Amino acid sequence: MTTTELERPARPPVFHHLSTGRKARNHLATVLVSLAFLIALVPLVWLLATVVIKGWRALVSPDWFTHSLKGVLPDQFAGGIYHALYGSLAQALVCAVIAVPIGILAAIYLVEYGRGWLARLTTFMVDILSGVPSIVAALFIFALWISTFGLEQSAFAVSLALVLLMLPVVVRSCEEMLRLVPQELREASYALGIPKWKTIVRVVLPTALSGIVTGSMLALARVLGETAPVLVLVGYSQSINFNIFDGNMTSLPLFIYNQFTNPTAAGQLRIWGAALTLILLVMLFNLIATVISRFSAIKTK
Amino acid sequence: MSMKDEVVSRPAGQERETGSMMGGMGEQEQERGERPKRVGDRVFRYLTTTSGLVIVVAIVLIGFFLLIKAVPSLLADSTNFLTDWRFDTTGGKLAFGIRDMLVVTVLSSLLALVLAMPISLGIALFLTQYAPRSLARGFGYLVDLLAAVPSVVFGLWGVLVLGPAIEPVQRALNAGLGWFPLFSDGNVSLAGGGNIFTAGVVLAVMLLPIITSVTREVFRQTPVNQIEGALALGATKWEMVRTTVLPFGKSGFIAASMLGLGRALGETIAVLMILHTATSPSGFSFFDGGSTFASKIASAASEFSEPLPTGAFIAAGLVLFLLTFVVNAIARSIAKPKKEKA
Repeated sequence: MTTTELERPARPPVFHHLSTGRKARNHLATVLVSLAFLIALVPLVWLLATVVIKGWRALVSPDWFTHSLKGVLPDQFAGGIYHALYGSLAQALVCAVIAVPIGILAAIYLVEYGRGWLARLTTFMVDILSGVPSIVAALFIFALWISTFGLEQSAFAVSLALVLLMLPVVVRSCEEMLRLVPQELREASYALGIPKWKTIVRVVLPTALSGIVTGSMLALARVLGETAPVLVLVGYSQSINFNIFDGNMTSLPLFIYNQFTNPTAAGQLRIWGAALTLILLVMLFNLIATVISRFSAIKTK
Repeated sequence: MSMKDEVVSRPAGQERETGSMMGGMGEQEQERGERPKRVGDRVFRYLTTTSGLVIVVAIVLIGFFLLIKAVPSLLADSTNFLTDWRFDTTGGKLAFGIRDMLVVTVLSSLLALVLAMPISLGIALFLTQYAPRSLARGFGYLVDLLAAVPSVVFGLWGVLVLGPAIEPVQRALNAGLGWFPLFSDGNVSLAGGGNIFTAGVVLAVMLLPIITSVTREVFRQTPVNQIEGALALGATKWEMVRTTVLPFGKSGFIAASMLGLGRALGETIAVLMILHTATSPSGFSFFDGGSTFASKIASAASEFSEPLPTGAFIAAGLVLFLLTFVVNAIARSIAKPKKEKA
């Protein structure tokens, strides 16, 4: 009897119409949720449009990427961000050279070796470190490097502060990638009698390499925009300085902050031009990261 | 289910078993390898463990160095560190307190959180449940684009563009709701919008991508059979979301918000550029000026020379460090039980 009932095709009365209340609530939720997304687009579009409209003229000026502000008067439409661009890239690269190896090794420890209280403590501390505000990291390096060791302010001190900010990001992303490496690969390697360290270096790391590179690029992109450490740990300079261990060195954020107090039209153009350059630089690093991950994701099959 | 699937499908934080499993393997291997003494293994083990320790030591050192640099100044402080609003480190006699910095920091961060939380929740739901599959990825990149904007650029935009633009809104709020303490007259002029309100709005925009990205990941992990079950029972889309996605992702969302709060508490340059300096104590209004812990330290950074005045700012930094430490620890403890269940 039941079978015959089921064999009959369902007719409209079987599916009750939704009550108006439920329908209304459903529509309301859809509208609100879509609205939230649109609200988020407002500041994004507004901000990017402002930066592009006010800054593009600086970028197309012939000296922008090839000259510093050496000998340029505050209200003079001349010079460029060559020195600041160098400063940003140099500080970020020095930071990456220190942070990436430590970060990868720490991630290997957490994934391959870590257990017990020390591993739990390390995981906890990585979380805490990722929440340390950049100004606190800068103050710490100031207290250690300048006030305790008695060393001068320098771009290298900035890099050290940036290491503290970059490390947890590298560890997190690297850890995730290492965990994605199929366990069979490790087992196959062990079965061949290969020592654990060699398995990690020759099998696990190469498999996860693209993900690790991607994570490091993203971490680098984040560090490029940090302003607090450069305010505390290095002085502003109008001209280029190649030496990261000595003297003042300008980076893009410091350049923007310094020109921010320059009320002339030239100063305004410079801050928006530098802001646009900085955003493009960060986006470039993000883009490279995405491309790398797109082309060589871990084969989970 | 093969072991690989298990490892891959296991969400982050649930790997303790995997870890111990692998650890067990390592032990066996070590036992066997004891006689030939695999030097490579031991060196590598020490190397990685040391790198892990570097992070632990870094945190301990941060707390330790800030503390020893702050204590002499705290002892020399001639006023109450917690309740005085002045921060005077010039002229030989130290008189500094953190009352106003604490008020400004907390008010701006909470305002940012209140604004950013519902919008982030909406975006995360939109991207995971509502947006068409083909477009969701692109929309997600758009939101991530916000995270690519450095805070100094947010500061520029906040003080030169947004502040003046929302000044009329602030005037209206002040005129209409001025009886309510949070909207009463502040200690700086409303002109230009250099107050906590503007700072809070800018911070909220900066928090959107942070809260959204974590929440999105959690929502995406909602068990499909729960979602399909709800739909099969005749739930509307919203009822499905309310009964499956939201309960599943609630703790993740709250943890993400706490992470965002930690970020907002420590934000330096954007707040420094936006807030006008105040010459009278804060009256707990959104239209106050002043400075947060981070912006106060950054604004004085060029004058760090004498140990005692510098120590006063380091003391402020220490408070900020403790504040973010507590917030992040809470975020972690909220997120963790959820992961264990998953």
